Amino acid sequence: MGLDWAWLPQLAHGLKITMELTAACMAMGAALGIVLALLRVYARGPFLPLFWLASAYVQFFRGTPLLVQLMIIHFGLPSVGIRFTPFLSGLIAMGLNTAAYQAEYFRGAIQAVKAGQMLAARSLGMTRVAAIRHVVLPQALRLALPPWSNELIYMLKYSTIVYMIGVMDLMGVARTIAARNFRFLELFSLAAVIYLGIVLLLTFALRWVERRIRVPGLGSAGRG
Amino acid sequence: MGQLLVVEGVCKRYGAEEVLCGVSFSLEKGETKVIIGPSGTGKSTLLRCINRLTEPDRGRVWLEGMEVTAPHANINKIRSQIGFVFQDFNLFTHLTALDNVRLGLLKVKKMGRKEATERAQAELARVGLAGKADAYPAQLSGGQQQRVSIARALAMDPKLILFDEPTSALDPELIGEVLGVMVKLAHEGMTMLVVTHEMGFARSVADEIVFMERGVIVEQGPPEKLFRAPAHPRTAEFLRKISELYGEAA
Ligand SMILES: Nc1ncnc2c1ncn2[C@@H]1O[C@H](COP(=O)(O)OP(=O)(O)OP(=O)(O)O)[C@@H](O)[C@H]1O
Ligand SMILES: [Mg+2]
Repeated sequence: MGLDWAWLPQLAHGLKITMELTAACMAMGAALGIVLALLRVYARGPFLPLFWLASAYVQFFRGTPLLVQLMIIHFGLPSVGIRFTPFLSGLIAMGLNTAAYQAEYFRGAIQAVKAGQMLAARSLGMTRVAAIRHVVLPQALRLALPPWSNELIYMLKYSTIVYMIGVMDLMGVARTIAARNFRFLELFSLAAVIYLGIVLLLTFALRWVERRIRVPGLGSAGRG
Repeated sequence: MGQLLVVEGVCKRYGAEEVLCGVSFSLEKGETKVIIGPSGTGKSTLLRCINRLTEPDRGRVWLEGMEVTAPHANINKIRSQIGFVFQDFNLFTHLTALDNVRLGLLKVKKMGRKEATERAQAELARVGLAGKADAYPAQLSGGQQQRVSIARALAMDPKLILFDEPTSALDPELIGEVLGVMVKLAHEGMTMLVVTHEMGFARSVADEIVFMERGVIVEQGPPEKLFRAPAHPRTAEFLRKISELYGEAA
C-alpha cells in the first residue's frame, strides 16, 4: 500500500481531459437545451412540427441509457461511414444527452416565469422574440441555475463512462496505471478523492455565481 | 375635433361564452373615460382588444385614424404608443425600477443609453419615486410598484394609457398614492381609459363613465348624470352595490 508521486502527472492530464469533456458537453447541452426548451414552449401554429421534433428528441435521449447512446455513436456510426475520435464521440454523446435533460430544466424555468411578464413586454411594443430575449430568458436562466448546477456535477461524474471507448480521462488513466501495477485500491481511491475535490470546488463556485446573479423576488429565495 | 381612439363593434368570444358583443365608443384627445361594471363583464378583455394583446373576433379599432385592427398594421409600433397599466403591475421582476422604465426606451424606441437613463429618471421623479431607481420590484410596496409601472408606460410617450383596475390589488392605504398620480396625469391632459371601482376617482376626474355589463355597454354619460340620474335600472343597481362594497360613492 502506498501512493507513487509518479502517477500524479498522468492523473493530472486525465483530470484535464475530464474537465474539458465536462465543460464542453455542458456548454453544448446548454446551447442546444435552451433552443429545445424554447421550441417546446413557443413553437405552435405553423411551427408545431418543430415542437414535435424537440419533444421527440427529449423523449429519445432521456428514454435511453447514455452508455447505449455512446456505443451507438462510437461503435455503431462507423459502419455507416461516420467516425469520431474517442474524445469527440464522448463529447457528442454526453452533449446530446445532457441537452435533453437541460431542455427540461429550461422549459420548467421558462414556464415558471409569470405570463404577465410577456404581456407587459408585448404591451410596450416588443416583438415576441425581443420579449423572450430581454424579459423571459433572463429570469428563466436564473431560475434554471440550481438544477443546471446539479446537472453539471452529475455529468462530471457520469463522464467516467468514456474510458470504455478509450478516452484517457481521469478514470481511464487510473484504470490504465492500475492494470499495469495491480494497485487498484490506491488508484481508484485516489481518483475518487480527486473527483470529490472537483465536485466540492464546483459546488462552491456555483453557489457563488448563484449569489452574484440573485435578484430579490426571483427564485428559491422568494420575496424580499 | 377628431377622435383619438375609436372602437367599433368589438366582439370576442371564448368558447361558447360571448365576452364582448359589439362594443363601440370613442375617446377624444385629453379625455379621461372610466369603465365600470361587474366582475366577468369583459372590461379587461375590452382593454386588451384595443391594443390586441387579445385578438378581437370582430370589430375595428382606430388610433388617430390609423386602423389598429388592420391585417397588416404594425402592431408593435402601435402598442408602443398605447400605455397599458395592469392590475397586478407586471413589473419586470429581474430589473430595477430604473431598468423597468428604461427597457422599452432601449429595446423598442432604440434610444441611446444616456438619453434613456435620463428620461427614465425623469419619469420616476414624475411619479414620486426618484429615490427608488435602484430598487427591485420585490423591494417596493404595491403602490410604489404600480407607480413604476405608470412611469414605464409614460416613458414611451403614449398617445393613450389604458388602466386595468390599477388599484384593485393594493392595500387600501396605498390606493391614494396611485390615484394621485392618475389625477395629475388627467389634469396634464393625458388621454386615459380607466377600468376601476374607485367611484371617487370616476366622479372627480372622468369626463365620461361607461357602464358595461355582460359584454355590452349599458349606458354611458358624464359622471354627474350617471351618478345622479342613471337612465338604466341596471346601472342604478350596480352603483348601489358598489357603494355598499366600497363605502363612499354617493
Ligand atoms: N383567456 C381566456 N380564456 C377563456 N376565457 C376567458 C379568458 N379571458 C377572459 N375570459 C372570460 O371572459 C369573461 C370576461 O373576462 P374579463 O377578465 O374581461 O372580465 P372583467 O370585466 O375584466 O372582470 P374583472 O372585474 O373580474 O376583472 C370572464 O367570464 C372570463 O372568465
Ligand atoms: Mg378585469
